[in-house]
Amino acid sequence: MTSELVDFTLVSVALLGIGIYGLAVKRNFIRMLFAVEIIINAANLNIVAFGRFLPHSGGQTMALFSIAIAAAEVAVGLSLIIVAYRMYQNVDIADFRSLKG
Amino acid sequence: MADAAFLALTVITIGSAIAALELRSLIYGSIALMGTLGGIAGFFFLLDAPFVALFQLAVYVGSIAVLILFTVMLVKRELIFNKIEDKRRKFAGIGLMLIIMVSLGAVFLDSGIKTITTDEPATDFRDIGTDFVTYYWPALILMGLILAGSVTGALVLAKREDVENDQRAS
Repeated sequence: MTSELVDFTLVSVALLGIGIYGLAVKRNFIRMLFAVEIIINAANLNIVAFGRFLPHSGGQTMALFSIAIAAAEVAVGLSLIIVAYRMYQNVDIADFRSLKG
Repeated sequence: MADAAFLALTVITIGSAIAALELRSLIYGSIALMGTLGGIAGFFFLLDAPFVALFQLAVYVGSIAVLILFTVMLVKRELIFNKIEDKRRKFAGIGLMLIIMVSLGAVFLDSGIKTITTDEPATDFRDIGTDFVTYYWPALILMGLILAGSVTGALVLAKREDVENDQRAS
C-alpha cells in the first residue's frame, strides 16, 4: 500500500466541503439528500482509513454500522420527500412552510 | 505518495460528487451519485477492507441509489430539470466550501497524521464477524430494530390516505 493516511483524510475533507456546499446552496430537497449522502460517505472513508492505519478492527465495524444506519436514514428521507411532494406538488424547501408557524 | 489507482479514484469520486450536485437533470445527478458511492467503495478496497467495500456496493450502489432514482422518477418532469438556487447564495456556498477545505486541510497537513504509516497486516473479516457477535451484539440487535422500525415508518409515511382499497386494486 503506497497511499498514506493523510491522502485519504484530504479526500474526505474535499467530499465534506462539497457536501456542505450542497446543503448551503441547493433548495431542492432531493439534492440536499444527495449532499447528506456525500457527507456521510466522507465520514465513513475517514473511519475506515483511521481503522486501517491504527490498526484496529473497530474502524471497519463502525463503518458497517454507519452504512446500515445511513440506509435507514435514506429510506425515511425519501418517504418524507414523497409526502412533502404530495402535499405541496413541489420539492423546493422554501415552499415547505407549514412547520414555520 | 499516492499511487495511480488512488488518483483515479479521487478524480472519479470528487468529480461525480460535484456532478451529482451540479448537473441540471436530477436523474443524471443520481447516476453521478452512484459514481461517488462506487468510488468510495474503491477507496475501501485500497484500504484493505474488502468486506466493507462489498457492503458499500450492495447497500449504497445497489439499493439506496436505485431507491433515489425511483423517487426522482415520481417527481414531475419540470421539477426534475429545474434548478432552484440563487446566484448570491451560490457564491457564498462556494466561499464556505473553500474555507472548510483549506482550513481543515491545513490542519490535517500540519498535524502529526502525516507521519503515520503502517506495515501491519490488514484486519481479517473474521475479526469483524467476531466483533459483531461478541462485543457489539447489543448494538447489532438495536441496529436491526432501528432498520425495521425506519423501513416500516417509511412505508406508513408514504402510504396514501385518500385512495380506497378498491381503487388501489384497479
